[in-house]
Amino acid sequence: MTETTAKELSKHAREEIDRWITKYPPDQKQSAVLAAMRVVQHENNGYLTTELMDAVAAYLDMATIAVYEIASFYSMLETEPVGRHSISVCTNISCMLRGSDEIVEHIERKLDIKTGESTSDGRFYIKQEEECLAACCGGPMMMIDHKYYENLTSGMIDEILDKLD
Amino acid sequence: MSDDTITIEVDGKPYEAKKGQMLIEVTDANDIYVPRFCYHKNLSVAANCRMCLVEVEKAPKPLPACATPVMDGMKVSTKSAYAVEAQKSVMEFLLINHPLDCPICDQGGECELQDLAMGYGRDVSRYQEQKRVVQDKNIGPLVQTDMTRCIHCTRCVRFGEEIAGLQELGATGRGEHMLIGTYIEKSMCSELSGNIIDLCPVGALTSKPFRFSARSWEMAQYNGIAPHDAVGSNIYFHVKDDRVKRVVPAENEMINEVWISDRDRFSYEGLYSDDRLLAPMLKENGEWRQVDWQTAFQTIKERLEEIIATDGANRIGALAAPTSTCEELYLLQKLMRGLGCHNIDHRIHQVDFTDQDVAPLFPWLGMPIAELEALDAALLIGAYPRKEQPMINHRLRKAVLKGADIMLVNSVDYEFNYRTSDKLISSPGVLPAMLAAIVKVLLESDNKAVGKDVERLVNQVQVEETHRQIAGKLASAETRAVLLGNVAVAHPQFSAIRYLADMIARLTHANFGYMSGHANTAGACLVGALPHRTVAGLATNNTGLNATSMFEEQLSAYVLLNLEPELDCWDGQLALTALQAASCVIAMTPYMTTQIADYADILLPIAHYAENEGSIVNVEGVRQGFCSAVTTVGESRPAWKVLRVLGNTLNQAGFDYNTVNEITDELAGMLDDIKPGLTDGGQLPGALSIANGSLQRMTDFQMNSADSLVRRASALQQTRDVADGAVHINNESANKLGISTEQNVLVKQNGVGLQLPLLIDDRLPDNTVLIHAAHPACYALGPWFGDITLERC
Repeated sequence: MTETTAKELSKHAREEIDRWITKYPPDQKQSAVLAAMRVVQHENNGYLTTELMDAVAAYLDMATIAVYEIASFYSMLETEPVGRHSISVCTNISCMLRGSDEIVEHIERKLDIKTGESTSDGRFYIKQEEECLAACCGGPMMMIDHKYYENLTSGMIDEILDKLD
Repeated sequence: MSDDTITIEVDGKPYEAKKGQMLIEVTDANDIYVPRFCYHKNLSVAANCRMCLVEVEKAPKPLPACATPVMDGMKVSTKSAYAVEAQKSVMEFLLINHPLDCPICDQGGECELQDLAMGYGRDVSRYQEQKRVVQDKNIGPLVQTDMTRCIHCTRCVRFGEEIAGLQELGATGRGEHMLIGTYIEKSMCSELSGNIIDLCPVGALTSKPFRFSARSWEMAQYNGIAPHDAVGSNIYFHVKDDRVKRVVPAENEMINEVWISDRDRFSYEGLYSDDRLLAPMLKENGEWRQVDWQTAFQTIKERLEEIIATDGANRIGALAAPTSTCEELYLLQKLMRGLGCHNIDHRIHQVDFTDQDVAPLFPWLGMPIAELEALDAALLIGAYPRKEQPMINHRLRKAVLKGADIMLVNSVDYEFNYRTSDKLISSPGVLPAMLAAIVKVLLESDNKAVGKDVERLVNQVQVEETHRQIAGKLASAETRAVLLGNVAVAHPQFSAIRYLADMIARLTHANFGYMSGHANTAGACLVGALPHRTVAGLATNNTGLNATSMFEEQLSAYVLLNLEPELDCWDGQLALTALQAASCVIAMTPYMTTQIADYADILLPIAHYAENEGSIVNVEGVRQGFCSAVTTVGESRPAWKVLRVLGNTLNQAGFDYNTVNEITDELAGMLDDIKPGLTDGGQLPGALSIANGSLQRMTDFQMNSADSLVRRASALQQTRDVADGAVHINNESANKLGISTEQNVLVKQNGVGLQLPLLIDDRLPDNTVLIHAAHPACYALGPWFGDITLERC
């Protein structure tokens, strides 16, 4: 009556997690859980599923609920399916003063979705960014798939987004 | 005065404290009230509710008493304006999102939040914004959730991690979106889950079976003893309108601390099952007729006297449930022995009685329950305490958390809620050989003179690495125990297991004991509900028939006390056949089942559980008395009263008791000097059976199918710990036999064939078939252990 075996992690993910485990004391491999979920999320088009979280839990010998707690706590971990390109527009003070609100509006209009939603074709996801992305000298700025784009204008955004598959 | 004693000042008065104690422990010990939600003395400190803020001199801000270690000379104010202002502010925060639904909340009237809101809350809320709403979760049949009421104290989360040993609940999300739950839809599977109902300081987690059935102030509280395992957990019955509404734990640090198992908490539902027997009944010409007590007693007198005259008193058998009280069992054996009948037994789960004359006075743990947590190593044989004796398991778990090695010899690789070290999982026939191999290792290293016979015996077995590991860990640990469980006692070679286990204990200087048995197995042995011993374990010249031979002999009459033999006995089919063939079956029973209606001739309704009174003895040897909490249903009477009148009716001397206490006192006089001891070794087994590749059946006990009361508790019947009526076998053995779960299999045992569903169960070793005890679809197969075959239908 064993539980259904969790989904297997990819070879690459396991190697990457193993590399992180070596950084911590041998009896504390759960310390690698954040790194593990980042890898697994990246491999799964930017979001985690319950099966993947269960697999991470099994791999790191953790209770599944402990992994769910972590995944639901950190905003950089997505627990619902989202578009494959994650767009985060910084709206903190420096970017706001430099017009980030218009940037957000432009993206929302162009993609015809609100912040926090994904396009129906699964291409884009506008993430609700809560923290300053630490590129104040280049504001307004946004991050797409971990890459920074600074000193944005509406024209630049069209060009950047159109280039993405 | 020891060095670690320091003095602190609280509210202007000096108090002694120990270094390292938290402030709240000192104030609690001295009856100084500090409000709190998240702090609980049996759980770790979380300090997340902030309700216990107090003023500490020289501290720049109020400090939480639960997480502030005391220091010498510390000056604390718990009721200063500064402290109260802090406490009131915290209260305002906690109430921000709490709904005002106290009138429809089961916690109302016993709610810590409600109480503290009276003391520390504002009259009017300043909060104008929208309150958050949290969706309820279905976490199983026992615990009801109303998560909007949750104040995130995390007591339930910490309980799962620290006490239950199963992290099932957690705090997901963060900030305003944080919520307590299982994240995915999932039933809690901890056998201790009901305790989170008591722990929850608000109405977020309440009892599902109890829901909306009474208000806390309408109920009266009575003491009771839980009757489902050999622990004897202390409980309270909460009673309204003469009905048990719910059961909660009563604190007893030596036995159950502050917890009880779910079985002990929710079994009360079985008291109100539809099949309660309400009046004495008599079968005449195959028709049941309700009669008055007098008629029933007279009929019993006539029938028994006739049988004694024609067949002899030794053609009567008396069998009692090991959950019966000492007083009931004492009177039963007194009555039967008075009639000249020595066929009396309660050991319904046992089949191997060969060493009964050298068996201990009663199956004793060998040590106090509380001392289990100080063990460094324990070998559990045929035991699954997690589901069989959850409170004993809790103590073992505490030992493991301190580093103890728990080692296992069993036929099922059970899932424990703690780390176990070495385990030997083998088909049931090989269990004695496994123990013999451990003995062999111990004899190699310790040249004790044990006699040629033992050496010859152990030389039959091969030693493997695991045997060495277990022997080594037991021998080198400081405090150790060898403990037998329910499967060991039910095993067909129980005497061999006992002998070898005892020898392992002797060679390693370990404590030898039993965890097994029912609520009053110990008491039953002490008061002489045995065929070979009378009160206080005195041997008798007239050894009667044991629980199995009583049925093999197909006696003329049977007297049953609170039993459903087809489900409760080791060979249910054998019991049923004998009962059906008997000319007279007298059943004292709280329930009328179709089987009882079929084989019995006279039914006497008896008080059950909370309705009953008397005393029971737990596995530690502690006798605990209890009074009835509710009146019995219908015309039923406590069994001691029934037996008393029966004794008088049958002209037996010494049955003139007026109260149950008179019997208790009489017993106390006979039992008080008895010391539970374990006798010498037992009886050397003959040959050891080695795996021969044949398919072997075994049986285990699902906690929520263990006795007649719990089998009728509807909420517990929805949990997974019930007999499933399926044939369990591991994947490899199933493949070899060419059977699959797609269709039922034909099970043949003891000349009987049944079609049963198949379940792949990889906890089992090869060639082993597990069928749960006490399932109505399976008892026709007969013995709990033995040869079995499986075929495709």
